[in-house]
Amino acid sequence: MDRVPASFAVPKASDSRPPPHGRRGILARLHARYFASLWDTVVTLVIGLPLLLMAWFFLKWALVDAVWVAPEGKACQLASGACWAVVAEKYRVILFGTYPFEEQWRGFVTIALWIGWGIASGWRRVPLAARLWGWLVVAVVTVVLMRGGVFGLSLVSTDEWGGLPLTFLVFAGTVAGGVPLAVLLALGRRSDLPIISGLCVAVIEGVRGIPLLVVLFFAALILPLFLPPQLNIDKLLRAEIGMIIFFAAYAAEVIRGGLQAIPAGQEEAAKALGMPYWTRMRKIVLPQALSVALPALFNDIIRAFKNTTFFSILGLFDVLGATKAALQDPVWVRYGLEGYLFVFMVYLVFCLGLTFHGREMEKNAWRRLGRGEA
Amino acid sequence: MRGIAWQVLLLAAVIGTIAWMGVNAMRALDERGMTSGLDFLFSGTSFPLGEGFFSFTQGETYLRAFLVGIGNTVVLSFLGIVSATVLGGAIGIARLSQNGLISGVAGGYVLLFRNSPQLVQIVFWYTFFTLLPAPRGSWEFGLGIFASNRGLTLPAPDRIDVFLWCLLAFAVGVVTSLIAGRIADHRRRRTGQRRRWAFWARVLPPLGFPLVLWALFGAPATWSVPELAGFNFRGGVILSPEFLAIYFGLTFYIAAFIAEIVRGGLRSVEDGQMEASKAIGLGGADMYRKVIVPQALRAIIPPLSAQYVSLLKNSSLAVAVGYPDLFSVSNTLLTYSGRTIEVLSIMALVYLTISLFVGALSNLANHYVQIPER
Repeated sequence: MDRVPASFAVPKASDSRPPPHGRRGILARLHARYFASLWDTVVTLVIGLPLLLMAWFFLKWALVDAVWVAPEGKACQLASGACWAVVAEKYRVILFGTYPFEEQWRGFVTIALWIGWGIASGWRRVPLAARLWGWLVVAVVTVVLMRGGVFGLSLVSTDEWGGLPLTFLVFAGTVAGGVPLAVLLALGRRSDLPIISGLCVAVIEGVRGIPLLVVLFFAALILPLFLPPQLNIDKLLRAEIGMIIFFAAYAAEVIRGGLQAIPAGQEEAAKALGMPYWTRMRKIVLPQALSVALPALFNDIIRAFKNTTFFSILGLFDVLGATKAALQDPVWVRYGLEGYLFVFMVYLVFCLGLTFHGREMEKNAWRRLGRGEA
Repeated sequence: MRGIAWQVLLLAAVIGTIAWMGVNAMRALDERGMTSGLDFLFSGTSFPLGEGFFSFTQGETYLRAFLVGIGNTVVLSFLGIVSATVLGGAIGIARLSQNGLISGVAGGYVLLFRNSPQLVQIVFWYTFFTLLPAPRGSWEFGLGIFASNRGLTLPAPDRIDVFLWCLLAFAVGVVTSLIAGRIADHRRRRTGQRRRWAFWARVLPPLGFPLVLWALFGAPATWSVPELAGFNFRGGVILSPEFLAIYFGLTFYIAAFIAEIVRGGLRSVEDGQMEASKAIGLGGADMYRKVIVPQALRAIIPPLSAQYVSLLKNSSLAVAVGYPDLFSVSNTLLTYSGRTIEVLSIMALVYLTISLFVGALSNLANHYVQIPER
């Protein structure tokens, strides 16, 4: 019979074990990530090999066998790869829509301005106020430049606007008009006054329950019937109103979530100091609520950018609408896939840029509130 | 007191605006010689609709056209929801994999499909399917599956109606088995006895119901396999490029969002839960079934149902490819009937009703998984 030890305590510390080997280095990491066990190795091979094969076929199609320049599309008919010449041929229509050809330098300037300020204001040290004022200046310059009629620029009516500048303007207008409306709706929904909160609930839930396309059709087709004939709002602006209302209904719920996250004591303290309602909201509640809501709000903002494509269904020439029009050309209609892949990449780049911008703003917001890492 | 004054003022303003718009609309309709009312619903149509799940022939009433549109939207959305849930769930789990390749591929998928507009994806798929070779040069995958510019052919049972009824019986069987299992569990917990029928009550209904129904229909077992005949295919079913484009567009886009929700939900369960359940000897599948998934579901269901509603509403993008869903049918109807206000209002009400219904279902599901509190 074994003797039961009186104590389980270890009499002396055991020798230290050698450090686990192979934690460092690229091979070790590859091993840990892809070949850690027999199962992992099998999975990596079973998935990896077909994937490599597919990637090879795709690259062969997209790069090796691709045609980059083909006047009149001749070279493309013989090629077995992608015909990127369609982009080279049509990029002006895709980027500027039906904007007059000899005035398209204005479109170039606009795009450069937006991308430039987008990157510059993405820099963390730019204060929020400078950022917003900067965007306002960019937007005003864009409208003046695109419309013309001053400084010796020829007048271009909004019917002829198109492409990326239009997409940018629609997007900026949606956010600039939608966020204030969303704040009002969110505050209204939380109000103690039953009629105000009831109206806000009806608007928010009603709009959220129907597709954006229906809202846009209401704005484009029905709104003119309900307004006196003298008040003639152009189609672009009507559609924009639809976009703003749809965006605001979603953003209002996000902001309401932010408002609920702020402890009631904050507002009560402000009340005790004698601040009137709007001062309380402006100085105490909203800055905190918006900071809390910012990540979710940015999801809505990115969705608003993606939703600008809905304009193409109304027959307006945003980037997607312009691309559709460009690909009507019988010479190039067979290369639609390449055309849409290009458009896909354009949107992808801007959406990722917006995501990045949102993260930077989030960090900034927390720093301004004195929380989070400085 | 001031609150009441404000509310009365707001209410008066809203009612006033609505009345003013109403007067404007009456005048506008009068001037254009347009009539109003819902009588058009019962008159015959002078146009056909595209190919959908429900057949429609020229001359049937407007009302029936509406119903066909609603039916197509519901079936399309249901199929989209099922496939997006399966695909999104799989990708969400894959993103948490230890294997770098699996998580990497899943991450790449989410990045690409979440950061580009759904409409661009739908148009891309449509272009892809319409640019496939003609039936004679179609891609053959065996078993009668062909991909061509006519769409995708699939083998189908000769008696497809019987097949669908059996599918429904299977669904009823699954629900029955779940309820039976619940009753058996409850009995066992109360009495400590394991009922002999418990096992069979769980297994039999999902298998038995469809089989019995199939036998009642005379057990038709012949399949129709598509084959190339001249310039087209004969036999089986064919999914049109329009359907495939909208179906793929809805599924792949929403799946990327569902993947993020599932990943977030699983990550929201603390590691301690897993460790604790292993410590009490509950490992493997039971750990997931009893500990992890029930807790993850609490974080998953609310945003998941929002995605379902989103899929449902964005099925209206079918209009971009000409699939006869509710939106594109309504679009046709308002062109032919001239009753813009009526048609758009009916459509909006239907979407609103379906969205609210899905929302109510999700509230029910949410209630079911929440922590029971007193």
